[in-house]
Amino acid sequence: MSLLLVPTREDEAADMIRAAAEAKRSLAISGGNTRSGFGQQVEAQGVLRSAGLSGIVAYDPAEMVVTARAGTPVAEIEEALAENGQMLAFEPMDHRPVMGTTGEPTIGGIFATNTSGPRRFVAGAARDSLLGVRYINGRGEVLRAGGRVMKNVTGLDLVKLLAGSFGTLGFLTEVTFRVLPRPQDQRTIILSGLDDGEATRAMAIAMSLSVEVSGAAHLPESVRGRFLNATLPDGPATVLRLEGLAASVAVRAEKLISTLQSLAPISQLDAEESRVLWQEIRDVKPYADGTMKPLWKVSVAPTSGFQLVAALRLRAGIDCFYDWQGGLLWMRMESEPEGELVRHVMHQIGGGHATLVRASVDMRATENAFEPLPAAVLALQARIKSQMDPAGIFNPGKMARG
Amino acid sequence: MSDVISFLQPREKVLARRSTIIADLADLLPADCLVHEPRELVPFETDAFVAYRRLPLAVVLPHNTAQVAAVLKYCHRYGVPVVPRGAGTSLCGGAIPQEDAIVIGLSKMSRILEVDFANRTATVQAGVTNLSISDMVGPEGYFYAPDPSSQLACTIGGNIAMNSGGAHCLKYGVTTNNLLGVKMVLMDGTVIDLGGKHLDSAGYDLLGLVCGSEGQLGIVTEATVRLIAKPEGARPVLFGFTSSEEAGACVADVIGAGIIPVAIEFMDKPAIEICEAFAKAGYPLDVEALLIVEVEGSEAEMEAMLASIVEIARRHGVKTVRESQSATEAALIWKGRKSAFGATGRIADYICMDGTVPLSQLSYVLKRTGEIAEGFGLRVANVFHAGDGNMHPLILFNANDPVEAAKAEAAGNEILKLCVDAGGCLTGEHGVGIEKRDLMLHQYTRAELDQQIRVREAFDGQWLLNPSKVFPLDGRPQTAGAA
Repeated sequence: MSLLLVPTREDEAADMIRAAAEAKRSLAISGGNTRSGFGQQVEAQGVLRSAGLSGIVAYDPAEMVVTARAGTPVAEIEEALAENGQMLAFEPMDHRPVMGTTGEPTIGGIFATNTSGPRRFVAGAARDSLLGVRYINGRGEVLRAGGRVMKNVTGLDLVKLLAGSFGTLGFLTEVTFRVLPRPQDQRTIILSGLDDGEATRAMAIAMSLSVEVSGAAHLPESVRGRFLNATLPDGPATVLRLEGLAASVAVRAEKLISTLQSLAPISQLDAEESRVLWQEIRDVKPYADGTMKPLWKVSVAPTSGFQLVAALRLRAGIDCFYDWQGGLLWMRMESEPEGELVRHVMHQIGGGHATLVRASVDMRATENAFEPLPAAVLALQARIKSQMDPAGIFNPGKMARG
Repeated sequence: MSDVISFLQPREKVLARRSTIIADLADLLPADCLVHEPRELVPFETDAFVAYRRLPLAVVLPHNTAQVAAVLKYCHRYGVPVVPRGAGTSLCGGAIPQEDAIVIGLSKMSRILEVDFANRTATVQAGVTNLSISDMVGPEGYFYAPDPSSQLACTIGGNIAMNSGGAHCLKYGVTTNNLLGVKMVLMDGTVIDLGGKHLDSAGYDLLGLVCGSEGQLGIVTEATVRLIAKPEGARPVLFGFTSSEEAGACVADVIGAGIIPVAIEFMDKPAIEICEAFAKAGYPLDVEALLIVEVEGSEAEMEAMLASIVEIARRHGVKTVRESQSATEAALIWKGRKSAFGATGRIADYICMDGTVPLSQLSYVLKRTGEIAEGFGLRVANVFHAGDGNMHPLILFNANDPVEAAKAEAAGNEILKLCVDAGGCLTGEHGVGIEKRDLMLHQYTRAELDQQIRVREAFDGQWLLNPSKVFPLDGRPQTAGAA
């Protein structure tokens, strides 16, 4: 690792990439470096950072569309949105607490990693909000994909392809994304004392109602005390968030409570407590424990999550909580990553994908951080990679070991 | 209509082997899956973009994924082009075949395979119609959100190919935002599964790439889609404005105020007159522009939202406000809008454009659209999804007059270029197909298009899948087999 490249203009970045491609010099791509622990270790000859490409280019609140350079700090975006009563609908997680990283998360990094939070299961992922990008491919060509309108079916949707490609297909220089009005009010309904299976059923019932639940998580007893300074009621907490106009939230809460009250004792959090709780869930607070104990993020069908956990508990030391109606598992392993076991059981209960978000350097060297893919899909991905980055200079090895 | 759009030269080697190919397909498939008599091929010679027609070499109508895979594997081996087809409702010629192509129609694959309410998913075969999913799950209080106007006929496979939207996508998104997984067959016959009942995927977002790829990356045979709990109620309100500018400004202010209605539809005066004459929906005829704004939720929620919207409309000098007081009135308000295309067809031939523009450019683009049409001596009526800037100018002309037909096509191209120049795009929901293929270089640079083409080739290096579509014919790195 030697060369650090921090271009301040797009054309400068293109020159750097072209030169790297000609010299077959590999580049590790980064934004604020707060998610650098993701994926496999990248051994590159240089580092290309987007930090010098910063600033909001255009923001029209009436259109609900923002264009910003990739290196713009997320905090700067969120501040501008807050001033206009708007927000990122996909509620991106801040990885710093669990990864133990410092630095400034960037908007480009959010989209390059397709990072979403609790609202993802109803409002879509980061990629669903992303309307357009400017990027530089592995040939050093400055290109656009998508645009700044919500509906666009003109040609192939390379925006989706680039979102979540972890800097392996192109270097994002500018992103255009949709934002939404910030809900006027919110509150959280808490069902106390349900076990994981009962909680899963309760969350499915909540999602079947026309009350637009925008957060559905289950916090087993082992983690409950680590949220809201241990002020949640005793026992496991199944939490359901309602958002919207104040009048709507009140009406919806009443309906939700009347449907669920036979299942468990119910309490509520006001808007401020609710906001804090969901930020803590978003940032996986229980496992922001200052350790490098392996942390998995597993996405499965919502009703399968608790079965996976139950099966794993018999064979490994894990601590776990659930988001996305039970379909997103945050699992901290007591010692080893146990990747093979996690994936084996996951496939038995119907499939999904498991990502090793955090682990020590040694463990990451031997474990697949991303879900291994079937051969045919892997071959397809390799062909796409070579069509976007023919010299293979971007983040080599990041998404696949070997 | 004039033959402005060209097709690829049919591959001579394929045409010469026609009878062998048909015999081979007959060996591969049950008898009821193969159509090859010229007379029987006629229904497949075009789709809803009827200006162009080509008889395919043969049509296969498979029952299952394995049969699709067998046909693709065969076609891959012998270099035979393939055109996938759902219900044939494409407005951009997405399913128009050519003489050397096998059409693979998914109409027989129309089973709903699984509905899973607890996980809010439905898994269906690609030939299932859009509306039949909502019909199936409606009694349990769910629906499938994307609602293209053709939803009664169009299929999920076609919706995925075109990334279809509809009037309600302002709140719920388009197909790509509601699609969880697919089973698809690659050109070499390999079957892959992308996504599933879980969210997001491992590796690259191939599901997102496939959605809207217009049948060029593979053939989707099954899909898992997201179901959503139906709102308690929905209510449309009709607003009449004295100018298009005021209507446009009202839309911007509603959204700026933090209200996301489930739909905002816009009609200009010619469209109002055409629709009212047909549907007798009680639309006001003394206004220049009309908005249909639909909100949903509980009674209390709808009241609160409507009060804010009406207040904003008043600030823009709204002349008519009609809240629907009953389901019948609500249906009538929508009837006028939903019959716009049919009603227009009664008074003239028309071509329906499909450009999208940023909301801030709506008024300008509407004005320029009128001027462009006038410059060609033609009339234009506008109905569109104002909430997301997806415009549908209907250019009226007489199809029996070749000069006028050519003018209509030229005016349409000008309007689409206008949309792109205003910061929008060539197509918001209908797709590129053959119709807008040659305008692609107006929206993209050559390098941008080349990058898309190279990604396409990662899936289908021989250009066998729907080869005449989406990308301009010249400048392709591969035009393999072009005589």
